[in-house]
Amino acid sequence: MNNNPPTPTCPEIFAAFFRIGVTSFGGGLVAYLRDELVAKKNWMSPDEFLAALEIGQTLPGLNSVNVAIIAGRRLAGARGAIAAAAGLVVPGAVILVILGLLYVRFRNNRDVAAALAGIAAAAVGLLLQVTLKIGAKQLLNPLDLFFVLLTFVLVGLCHVSLPVALFLIAPFAIILRRPRGEAAK
Amino acid sequence: MRELVSLLNVFCLLSLLAVGGGSAVLPQMEHETVTVHQWVSADDFATIYSLGQMAPGPNMTMVGLIGFKAANHAGMSTGWGFAAMLVVLFAFYLPSSFLTYAVSHIWDSFKENPWRDAVQRGMAPITIGLMLAGVHAVGKTASYNPAHSLHFNTITIAVGLAVAGILFARRINPALLILAGGAVGWFALRGI
Repeated sequence: MNNNPPTPTCPEIFAAFFRIGVTSFGGGLVAYLRDELVAKKNWMSPDEFLAALEIGQTLPGLNSVNVAIIAGRRLAGARGAIAAAAGLVVPGAVILVILGLLYVRFRNNRDVAAALAGIAAAAVGLLLQVTLKIGAKQLLNPLDLFFVLLTFVLVGLCHVSLPVALFLIAPFAIILRRPRGEAAK
Repeated sequence: MRELVSLLNVFCLLSLLAVGGGSAVLPQMEHETVTVHQWVSADDFATIYSLGQMAPGPNMTMVGLIGFKAANHAGMSTGWGFAAMLVVLFAFYLPSSFLTYAVSHIWDSFKENPWRDAVQRGMAPITIGLMLAGVHAVGKTASYNPAHSLHFNTITIAVGLAVAGILFARRINPALLILAGGAVGWFALRGI
Protein backbone atom coordinates (compact mmCIF):
# COMPACT_ATOMS: atom_id res chain seq x y z
CA MET A 1 0.00 0.00 0.00
CA ASN A 2 1.07 3.47 -0.74
CA ASN A 3 0.91 5.48 2.47
CA ASN A 4 2.12 8.81 1.22
CA PRO A 5 0.34 9.43 -2.07
CA PRO A 6 2.60 10.85 -4.77
CA THR A 7 2.13 14.52 -5.63
CA PRO A 8 3.99 15.17 -8.86
CA THR A 9 4.00 18.70 -10.23
CA CYS A 10 2.38 19.56 -13.56
CA PRO A 11 5.74 19.80 -15.37
CA GLU A 12 6.60 16.32 -14.07
CA ILE A 13 3.26 14.99 -15.30
CA PHE A 14 3.72 16.65 -18.67
CA ALA A 15 7.24 15.20 -18.96
CA ALA A 16 6.08 11.67 -18.17
CA PHE A 17 3.27 11.73 -20.73
CA PHE A 18 5.46 13.52 -23.26
CA ARG A 19 7.92 10.64 -23.01
CA ILE A 20 5.10 8.22 -23.92
CA GLY A 21 3.93 10.58 -26.66
CA VAL A 22 7.39 10.50 -28.24
CA THR A 23 8.23 6.82 -27.91
CA SER A 24 4.91 5.06 -28.51
CA PHE A 25 5.39 4.17 -32.16
CA GLY A 26 2.93 1.59 -33.41
CA GLY A 27 0.02 2.19 -31.05
CA GLY A 28 -0.87 0.12 -28.01
CA LEU A 29 -0.70 3.22 -25.84
CA VAL A 30 -2.55 1.70 -22.92
CA ALA A 31 0.39 -0.66 -22.29
CA TYR A 32 2.82 2.27 -22.37
CA LEU A 33 0.62 4.21 -19.95
CA ARG A 34 0.39 1.32 -17.52
CA ASP A 35 4.13 0.81 -17.63
CA GLU A 36 4.87 4.46 -16.90
CA LEU A 37 2.12 5.23 -14.35
CA VAL A 38 2.02 1.98 -12.41
CA ALA A 39 5.41 0.31 -12.81
CA LYS A 40 7.89 3.16 -13.25
CA LYS A 41 6.45 6.17 -11.43
CA ASN A 42 4.22 4.40 -8.92
CA TRP A 43 1.65 7.18 -9.41
CA MET A 44 -1.27 4.74 -9.51
CA SER A 45 -1.92 1.28 -8.10
CA PRO A 46 -2.77 -1.47 -10.62
CA ASP A 47 -6.40 -1.34 -9.43
CA GLU A 48 -6.61 2.43 -9.84
CA PHE A 49 -5.24 2.08 -13.35
CA LEU A 50 -7.77 -0.60 -14.20
CA ALA A 51 -10.60 1.60 -12.90
CA ALA A 52 -9.34 4.53 -15.00
CA LEU A 53 -9.17 2.28 -18.05
CA GLU A 54 -12.75 1.10 -17.45
CA ILE A 55 -14.02 4.67 -17.47
CA GLY A 56 -11.85 5.51 -20.46
CA GLN A 57 -13.21 2.60 -22.46
CA THR A 58 -16.85 3.16 -21.54
CA LEU A 59 -16.96 6.84 -22.45
CA PRO A 60 -16.53 8.21 -25.95
CA GLY A 61 -13.12 9.39 -27.04
CA LEU A 62 -9.75 7.70 -27.34
CA ASN A 63 -9.03 5.29 -24.52
CA SER A 64 -5.45 6.51 -24.11
CA VAL A 65 -6.41 10.19 -23.96
CA ASN A 66 -9.25 9.44 -21.53
CA VAL A 67 -6.91 7.51 -19.23
CA ALA A 68 -4.45 10.42 -19.38
CA ILE A 69 -7.22 12.84 -18.37
CA ILE A 70 -8.26 10.67 -15.41
CA ALA A 71 -4.70 10.02 -14.25
CA GLY A 72 -3.75 13.68 -14.60
CA ARG A 73 -6.80 14.75 -12.61
CA ARG A 74 -6.00 12.28 -9.83
CA LEU A 75 -2.45 13.57 -9.60
CA ALA A 76 -2.90 17.32 -9.88
CA GLY A 77 -6.50 18.32 -10.65
CA ALA A 78 -7.58 20.10 -13.80
CA ARG A 79 -4.09 21.37 -14.59
CA GLY A 80 -2.73 17.86 -14.22
CA ALA A 81 -5.34 16.56 -16.66
CA ILE A 82 -4.39 19.22 -19.21
CA ALA A 83 -0.67 18.53 -18.72
CA ALA A 84 -1.18 14.78 -19.20
CA ALA A 85 -3.33 15.01 -22.34
CA ALA A 86 -1.12 17.68 -23.91
CA GLY A 87 2.03 15.68 -23.20
CA LEU A 88 0.50 12.63 -24.84
CA VAL A 89 -0.83 14.34 -27.98
CA VAL A 90 1.66 17.13 -28.79
CA PRO A 91 4.70 15.06 -29.93
CA GLY A 92 2.67 12.98 -32.39
CA ALA A 93 0.96 16.11 -33.69
CA VAL A 94 4.31 17.78 -34.37
CA ILE A 95 5.65 14.69 -36.14
CA LEU A 96 2.45 14.49 -38.18
CA VAL A 97 2.82 18.12 -39.26
CA ILE A 98 6.26 17.27 -40.61
CA LEU A 99 4.99 14.10 -42.33
CA GLY A 100 2.02 16.05 -43.70
CA LEU A 101 4.19 18.81 -45.17
CA LEU A 102 6.48 16.22 -46.75
CA TYR A 103 3.40 14.49 -48.16
CA VAL A 104 2.05 17.68 -49.73
CA ARG A 105 5.49 18.43 -51.16
CA PHE A 106 6.29 14.98 -52.58
CA ARG A 107 2.92 13.33 -53.20
CA ASN A 108 3.32 13.50 -56.97
CA ASN A 109 6.72 11.86 -56.93
CA ARG A 110 6.41 8.36 -58.39
CA ASP A 111 8.55 6.68 -55.73
CA VAL A 112 6.80 8.44 -52.84
CA ALA A 113 3.34 7.67 -54.24
CA ALA A 114 4.23 3.97 -54.55
CA ALA A 115 5.64 3.82 -51.01
CA LEU A 116 2.56 5.63 -49.63
CA ALA A 117 0.27 3.17 -51.42
CA GLY A 118 2.14 0.33 -49.69
CA ILE A 119 1.95 2.12 -46.33
CA ALA A 120 -1.79 2.68 -46.68
CA ALA A 121 -2.33 -0.96 -47.70
CA ALA A 122 -0.39 -2.10 -44.62
CA ALA A 123 -2.39 0.28 -42.36
CA VAL A 124 -5.63 -1.35 -43.53
CA GLY A 125 -4.17 -4.73 -42.53
CA LEU A 126 -3.30 -3.35 -39.10
CA LEU A 127 -6.81 -1.98 -38.57
CA LEU A 128 -8.31 -5.27 -39.74
CA GLN A 129 -6.16 -7.25 -37.33
CA VAL A 130 -6.98 -4.97 -34.37
CA THR A 131 -10.69 -5.22 -35.21
CA LEU A 132 -10.65 -9.01 -35.45
CA LYS A 133 -8.57 -9.34 -32.30
CA ILE A 134 -10.66 -7.18 -30.00
CA GLY A 135 -13.86 -8.35 -31.70
CA ALA A 136 -13.18 -12.10 -31.60
CA LYS A 137 -15.74 -12.65 -28.84
CA GLN A 138 -18.45 -10.63 -30.59
CA LEU A 139 -17.81 -12.17 -34.01
CA LEU A 140 -18.29 -15.69 -32.62
CA ASN A 141 -21.52 -14.94 -30.76
CA PRO A 142 -24.57 -15.11 -33.10
CA LEU A 143 -26.53 -12.31 -31.42
CA ASP A 144 -23.49 -10.02 -31.26
CA LEU A 145 -22.56 -10.92 -34.83
CA PHE A 146 -26.01 -9.77 -35.93
CA PHE A 147 -25.38 -6.33 -34.42
CA VAL A 148 -21.84 -6.23 -35.85
CA LEU A 149 -23.17 -6.87 -39.35
CA LEU A 150 -26.18 -4.58 -38.94
CA THR A 151 -23.90 -1.70 -37.87
CA PHE A 152 -21.43 -2.45 -40.66
CA VAL A 153 -24.12 -2.49 -43.34
CA LEU A 154 -25.97 0.63 -42.10
CA VAL A 155 -22.93 2.82 -41.46
CA GLY A 156 -20.32 1.31 -43.76
CA LEU A 157 -22.35 0.47 -46.85
CA CYS A 158 -25.56 2.54 -46.64
CA HIS A 159 -23.87 5.60 -45.07
CA VAL A 160 -26.51 6.01 -42.39
CA SER A 161 -25.22 8.80 -40.21
CA LEU A 162 -23.45 7.55 -37.08
CA PRO A 163 -25.66 9.31 -34.48
CA VAL A 164 -28.76 8.01 -36.26
CA ALA A 165 -27.36 4.49 -36.38
CA LEU A 166 -26.41 4.61 -32.71
CA PHE A 167 -29.88 5.76 -31.67
CA LEU A 168 -31.50 3.05 -33.80
CA ILE A 169 -29.30 0.12 -32.81
CA ALA A 170 -27.90 0.82 -29.34
CA PRO A 171 -31.20 0.68 -27.38
CA PHE A 172 -31.98 -2.80 -28.75
CA ALA A 173 -28.41 -4.02 -28.24
CA ILE A 174 -28.37 -2.76 -24.65
CA ILE A 175 -31.86 -3.97 -23.73
CA LEU A 176 -31.04 -7.48 -24.98
CA ARG A 177 -28.10 -7.45 -22.55
CA ARG A 178 -30.14 -5.94 -19.72
CA PRO A 179 -29.38 -7.05 -16.18
CA ARG A 180 -31.48 -10.02 -15.13
CA GLY A 181 -32.55 -11.60 -11.84
CA GLU A 182 -31.17 -10.35 -8.54
CA ALA A 183 -28.93 -7.69 -10.00
CA ALA A 184 -31.76 -5.93 -11.86
CA LYS A 185 -33.31 -3.37 -9.61
CA MET B 1 -13.72 31.26 -41.46
CA ARG B 2 -16.83 29.28 -42.41
CA GLU B 3 -14.62 26.27 -43.07
CA LEU B 4 -13.20 26.48 -39.54
CA VAL B 5 -16.70 26.47 -38.07
CA SER B 6 -17.67 23.47 -40.21
CA LEU B 7 -14.53 21.65 -39.07
CA LEU B 8 -15.40 22.48 -35.47
CA ASN B 9 -18.94 21.18 -35.87
CA VAL B 10 -17.95 17.95 -37.57
CA PHE B 11 -15.08 16.98 -35.28
CA CYS B 12 -16.80 17.92 -31.99
CA LEU B 13 -19.65 15.62 -32.92
CA LEU B 14 -17.22 12.86 -33.94
CA SER B 15 -15.47 13.25 -30.58
CA LEU B 16 -18.65 12.53 -28.66
CA LEU B 17 -19.61 9.67 -30.98
CA ALA B 18 -16.30 7.85 -30.63
CA VAL B 19 -17.73 5.00 -28.57
CA GLY B 20 -15.12 2.35 -27.93
CA GLY B 21 -12.23 4.41 -29.29
CA GLY B 22 -11.27 6.51 -32.27
CA SER B 23 -11.46 3.81 -34.94
CA ALA B 24 -15.23 3.60 -34.44
CA VAL B 25 -15.74 7.02 -36.02
CA LEU B 26 -13.52 6.35 -39.06
CA PRO B 27 -16.42 5.53 -41.44
CA GLN B 28 -18.39 8.61 -40.40
CA MET B 29 -15.23 10.75 -40.55
CA GLU B 30 -14.46 9.49 -44.05
CA HIS B 31 -18.01 10.18 -45.16
CA GLU B 32 -18.08 13.72 -43.71
CA THR B 33 -14.63 14.82 -44.85
CA VAL B 34 -14.49 13.14 -48.28
CA THR B 35 -18.06 12.92 -49.54
CA VAL B 36 -20.02 15.63 -47.74
CA HIS B 37 -17.50 18.47 -47.32
CA GLN B 38 -14.86 17.33 -49.83
CA TRP B 39 -12.06 18.65 -47.64
CA VAL B 40 -9.79 15.79 -48.70
CA SER B 41 -9.85 13.25 -51.54
CA ALA B 42 -10.42 9.57 -50.74
CA ASP B 43 -6.74 8.99 -51.53
CA ASP B 44 -5.66 11.74 -49.14
CA PHE B 45 -7.88 10.32 -46.41
CA ALA B 46 -6.35 6.85 -46.72
CA THR B 47 -2.83 8.28 -46.79
CA ILE B 48 -3.40 10.62 -43.85
CA TYR B 49 -4.88 7.74 -41.86
CA SER B 50 -1.87 5.57 -42.58
CA LEU B 51 0.58 8.38 -41.73
CA GLY B 52 -1.18 8.54 -38.38
CA GLN B 53 -0.30 4.90 -37.80
CA MET B 54 3.39 5.69 -38.23
CA ALA B 55 3.56 8.65 -35.84
CA PRO B 56 3.83 8.03 -32.09
CA GLY B 57 1.04 8.97 -29.70
CA PRO B 58 -2.70 8.46 -30.12
CA ASN B 59 -3.25 7.27 -33.69
CA MET B 60 -6.19 9.60 -34.31
CA THR B 61 -4.01 12.71 -33.98
CA MET B 62 -3.92 12.45 -37.77
CA VAL B 63 -7.26 14.31 -37.78
CA GLY B 64 -5.17 17.49 -37.48
CA LEU B 65 -3.81 16.88 -40.98
CA ILE B 66 -7.36 16.69 -42.32
CA GLY B 67 -7.90 20.17 -40.89
CA PHE B 68 -4.70 21.36 -42.51
CA LYS B 69 -5.72 19.96 -45.89
CA ALA B 70 -9.24 21.37 -45.54
CA ALA B 71 -7.86 24.89 -45.07
CA ASN B 72 -5.56 24.25 -47.99
CA HIS B 73 -8.52 23.14 -50.08
CA ALA B 74 -10.46 26.30 -49.19
CA GLY B 75 -7.57 28.39 -50.51
CA MET B 76 -6.36 29.55 -47.09
CA SER B 77 -2.71 30.30 -46.33
CA THR B 78 -0.39 27.91 -44.50
CA GLY B 79 -0.86 29.96 -41.32
CA TRP B 80 -4.60 29.35 -41.50
CA GLY B 81 -3.78 25.72 -42.19
CA PHE B 82 -2.09 25.44 -38.82
CA ALA B 83 -5.01 27.25 -37.20
CA ALA B 84 -7.39 24.75 -38.79
CA MET B 85 -5.19 21.91 -37.56
CA LEU B 86 -5.43 23.20 -33.98
CA VAL B 87 -9.18 23.73 -34.30
CA VAL B 88 -9.64 20.11 -35.41
CA LEU B 89 -7.34 18.70 -32.72
CA PHE B 90 -9.17 20.65 -30.00
CA ALA B 91 -12.56 19.79 -31.47
CA PHE B 92 -11.73 16.10 -31.62
CA TYR B 93 -10.09 15.76 -28.20
CA LEU B 94 -11.79 18.35 -25.95
CA PRO B 95 -15.45 17.28 -25.84
CA SER B 96 -14.72 13.64 -24.96
CA SER B 97 -12.03 14.80 -22.52
CA PHE B 98 -14.45 17.15 -20.74
CA LEU B 99 -16.95 14.34 -20.50
CA THR B 100 -14.36 11.94 -19.10
CA TYR B 101 -13.15 14.58 -16.66
CA ALA B 102 -16.67 15.21 -15.41
CA VAL B 103 -17.73 11.59 -15.25
CA SER B 104 -14.59 10.42 -13.47
CA HIS B 105 -15.77 12.56 -10.53
CA ILE B 106 -19.04 10.71 -10.21
CA TRP B 107 -17.97 7.33 -11.54
CA ASP B 108 -18.08 5.54 -8.19
CA SER B 109 -21.79 6.23 -7.86
CA PHE B 110 -22.69 4.17 -10.90
CA LYS B 111 -19.76 1.78 -11.01
CA GLU B 112 -21.87 -0.92 -9.35
CA ASN B 113 -24.97 -0.22 -11.45
CA PRO B 114 -25.86 -3.44 -13.34
CA TRP B 115 -26.85 -1.39 -16.39
CA ARG B 116 -23.25 -0.30 -16.85
CA ASP B 117 -22.35 -3.86 -17.79
CA ALA B 118 -25.39 -4.03 -20.10
CA VAL B 119 -24.30 -0.84 -21.86
CA GLN B 120 -20.76 -2.12 -22.29
CA ARG B 121 -21.84 -5.53 -23.58
CA GLY B 122 -24.50 -4.03 -25.81
CA MET B 123 -22.19 -1.43 -27.32
CA ALA B 124 -19.29 -3.84 -27.92
CA PRO B 125 -20.66 -5.41 -31.14
CA ILE B 126 -21.65 -1.96 -32.44
CA THR B 127 -18.08 -0.77 -31.92
CA ILE B 128 -16.76 -3.80 -33.80
CA GLY B 129 -19.24 -3.18 -36.64
CA LEU B 130 -18.09 0.44 -36.81
CA MET B 131 -14.45 -0.63 -36.89
CA LEU B 132 -15.20 -3.04 -39.73
CA ALA B 133 -16.90 -0.16 -41.53
CA GLY B 134 -13.66 1.77 -40.87
CA VAL B 135 -11.64 -1.01 -42.52
CA HIS B 136 -13.99 -0.71 -45.49
CA ALA B 137 -13.83 3.11 -45.54
CA VAL B 138 -10.04 3.14 -45.76
CA GLY B 139 -9.73 -0.12 -47.69
CA LYS B 140 -11.92 0.93 -50.60
CA THR B 141 -9.19 3.40 -51.50
CA ALA B 142 -6.08 1.76 -50.12
CA SER B 143 -6.72 -1.94 -50.79
CA TYR B 144 -9.34 -2.55 -53.50
CA ASN B 145 -9.48 0.64 -55.50
CA PRO B 146 -11.41 0.29 -58.79
CA ALA B 147 -9.26 3.07 -60.25
CA HIS B 148 -6.22 0.80 -60.02
CA SER B 149 -5.33 -2.24 -62.09
CA LEU B 150 -6.06 -5.77 -60.88
CA HIS B 151 -2.32 -6.31 -60.47
CA PHE B 152 -2.07 -3.20 -58.22
CA ASN B 153 -5.07 -4.24 -56.12
CA THR B 154 -3.77 -7.79 -55.72
CA ILE B 155 -0.56 -6.43 -54.24
CA THR B 156 -2.28 -3.96 -51.89
CA ILE B 157 -4.71 -6.60 -50.63
CA ALA B 158 -1.85 -9.07 -50.18
CA VAL B 159 0.14 -6.50 -48.18
CA GLY B 160 -2.84 -5.85 -45.91
CA LEU B 161 -3.56 -9.54 -45.35
CA ALA B 162 0.13 -10.23 -44.76
CA VAL B 163 0.29 -7.50 -42.11
CA ALA B 164 -2.84 -8.86 -40.38
CA GLY B 165 -1.50 -12.42 -40.55
CA ILE B 166 1.93 -11.52 -39.20
CA LEU B 167 0.37 -9.58 -36.32
CA PHE B 168 -1.77 -12.57 -35.39
CA ALA B 169 1.25 -14.88 -35.51
CA ARG B 170 3.67 -12.83 -33.46
CA ARG B 171 4.06 -9.70 -31.37
CA ILE B 172 5.88 -7.18 -33.46
CA ASN B 173 5.73 -3.39 -33.49
CA PRO B 174 3.04 -2.50 -36.07
CA ALA B 175 4.92 0.68 -37.05
CA LEU B 176 7.72 -1.53 -38.40
CA LEU B 177 5.25 -3.54 -40.48
CA ILE B 178 3.78 -0.35 -41.89
CA LEU B 179 7.24 0.83 -42.87
CA ALA B 180 7.83 -2.58 -44.46
CA GLY B 181 4.56 -2.06 -46.38
CA GLY B 182 6.04 1.20 -47.67
CA ALA B 183 9.15 -0.64 -48.85
CA VAL B 184 7.06 -3.30 -50.61
CA GLY B 185 4.96 -0.55 -52.20
CA TRP B 186 8.01 1.32 -53.43
CA PHE B 187 9.45 -1.88 -54.86
CA ALA B 188 6.31 -3.46 -56.34
CA LEU B 189 3.87 -0.65 -57.09
CA ARG B 190 6.14 1.90 -58.76
CA GLY B 191 5.65 1.04 -62.37
CA ILE B 192 1.97 0.12 -62.29
